[in-house]
Amino acid sequence: MDLAVFLVQCLNAVQYGLLLFLVASGLTLIFGILGVINLAHGSFYMIGAYLAYALAPLFAAQSGGGFPAALAIGVVLSIVFGYVLEWVFVSYLYERDHLQQVLMTYGLILVFEELRSIALGDDVHGVAVPGWLAGSVPLGGVMTYPVYRLFMSGVCLLVALALYAVIARTRVGMAIRAGASNREMVQALGVDIRLLYRIVFAAGVALAVFAGMLAAPVTSVYPGMGNQVLIVSFVVVVIGGIGSIRGALLASLLVGFVDTFGNVLVPQIAGVLVYVLMAVILLWRPEGLFRTG
Amino acid sequence: MKHRRNTLATAFLAAALCVAAGGAHAQSKIKVGLMLPYTGTYAALGTAIENGFRLYVQEQGGKLGGREIEYFKVDDESEPSKAVDNINKLIKRDNVDVVVGTVHSGVVMAMAKVARDTNTLLVIPNAGAEAVTGPMCAPNIFRSSFSNWQPGYAMGKVAGERGAKKVVTITWKYAAGDESVEGFKEGLKAAGGEVVKDLTLPFPNVEFQALLTDIAATKPDAVYAFFAGGGAVKFVKDYAAAGLNRTIPLYGPGFLTDGTLEAQGAAAQGMLTTLHYADGLDVPKDKAFRADYGKAYKMAPDVYAVQGYDAAQMLGIGLDAVKGDVSKRNELVAAMEKARIDSPRGAFTLSKAHNPVQDIYLRKVVGTENKSEGVAVKALADPARGCNM
Repeated sequence: MDLAVFLVQCLNAVQYGLLLFLVASGLTLIFGILGVINLAHGSFYMIGAYLAYALAPLFAAQSGGGFPAALAIGVVLSIVFGYVLEWVFVSYLYERDHLQQVLMTYGLILVFEELRSIALGDDVHGVAVPGWLAGSVPLGGVMTYPVYRLFMSGVCLLVALALYAVIARTRVGMAIRAGASNREMVQALGVDIRLLYRIVFAAGVALAVFAGMLAAPVTSVYPGMGNQVLIVSFVVVVIGGIGSIRGALLASLLVGFVDTFGNVLVPQIAGVLVYVLMAVILLWRPEGLFRTG
Repeated sequence: MKHRRNTLATAFLAAALCVAAGGAHAQSKIKVGLMLPYTGTYAALGTAIENGFRLYVQEQGGKLGGREIEYFKVDDESEPSKAVDNINKLIKRDNVDVVVGTVHSGVVMAMAKVARDTNTLLVIPNAGAEAVTGPMCAPNIFRSSFSNWQPGYAMGKVAGERGAKKVVTITWKYAAGDESVEGFKEGLKAAGGEVVKDLTLPFPNVEFQALLTDIAATKPDAVYAFFAGGGAVKFVKDYAAAGLNRTIPLYGPGFLTDGTLEAQGAAAQGMLTTLHYADGLDVPKDKAFRADYGKAYKMAPDVYAVQGYDAAQMLGIGLDAVKGDVSKRNELVAAMEKARIDSPRGAFTLSKAHNPVQDIYLRKVVGTENKSEGVAVKALADPARGCNM
């Protein structure tokens, strides 16, 4: 592997890792702060992708090919959706054990898949890359790199920074962190913990939906697309340390690198490498790279 | 005394039931078990196969071999771990006379095993796993579709004839992908080319970027890819986005561009693939089939609908030969083996291993159609390695 190819592969790894982070950050928030094992997280990603597909024709006339408008609408819808979902289902799960949480959220997967099937069918769909991002940058002799992928990475980085700033530097972030370590005490100090949890859950859902919408033009949109993402996201959350945004970012990049170079260098065992990585890290640090609380 | 009377009564009852069952058997409906994916990634394929099957039965007045058809449906969810339970529901609970299914190769392997053990008639309307018409072949197992080897071999020949000397293959690391790539290699070798690198990734991963970079660094004359469904859409789009399609032609079996062209859009235009079916075939039967299918289901048929239709045709030929008496299994099978099936894809016969001997078409993507560019290999038979029948 010469240097140019190596650098392109590094770019691939970072780019894949950042997208993973976007999905996994929502999962780690919900898992770490609310203590809920949310198997339906992959479904939110799937819903996001289908939302991008469904909204694209409605906003095609807007500026920027309607892409920013569709993203904004999607995020607003998903916050409302997450808020209601927490209210109706998830809020009953905090006091229950993990098995019941798994049952409930697994049930939600089935419901969402079926609703998707009824509403939009089982076909594979494509979402066009917005015109102003459709170009590509030449890399080396034969290959070009799509601008949209670079744009995606940029957006993921921005979201990561924003998340970090909110959690580490704001009053809401402080309350969220406090709520994760001691729910009752935060409540006693006069913080409406129910509302806080509802906001965190809605934000987690919004992150997954946003990731799905952002990824739709490059991944295409198909039934069951969420399940695959869900498993890798759980790996990221476990490696990074449950509830840690910083850990999720680092773990996503690690997984991105292991997956990318595993596929190229040792394709025979590429399928298990990510899980081997997880096992090794758990042996070394059972709490994940960064523990919280 | 009382006990004895009970025994007697039971015996009478049993005898009466036997007579009743026997009598009913003669005029009763033929029970067809459809084990297909009705949910999940392959749901659309399962529906198309059932539509095709039902269309043929309707054209025969709802009867095959003079007897009406009753359907029993099981959703196999494309889930190999549930396959044995699911086919047993049809065989043991519903007592079906024949099982039709399925799409997923892993599921079909389990089905073939059960069909062999219970001697149930099985018609496979899609899954191309070579083993079921190879080492696992049996008199009671038929296929109306293809083996993974067939389109691969034809594409290899075409690629070689078009001057590809060094080719890279890429697929998911699973049986269907491996079998398709093996077929391609044989065809390519026969036409003077060779495969310099096999790239694989775990099923159903769709993160192709690393392997695309690898392809760009290898600079082959052509790439052969086996993917289906969402993976096929993403691969073809990623290949184009990486700019590789401008210098390195991308070839594949028809599944790479079948039912996915709307989603692939501009990225797939001009691509060449091989399959046993194509758009714009000059086959009168196909024109009639397309018109009838469109009328019945308000949508255009695809290759899966054709395979379902032909599964019903094959079964119909067998049942006609025995006048609907499924107990005459040997004669039924013999008639199916000798059949010449008047398929929308063009007439085909069956090999000794019960796999279609059929023309494989070269197709070119134009708009949202896989337009026929003529026959790539005429009357191609699967080698059926390992079948001693």
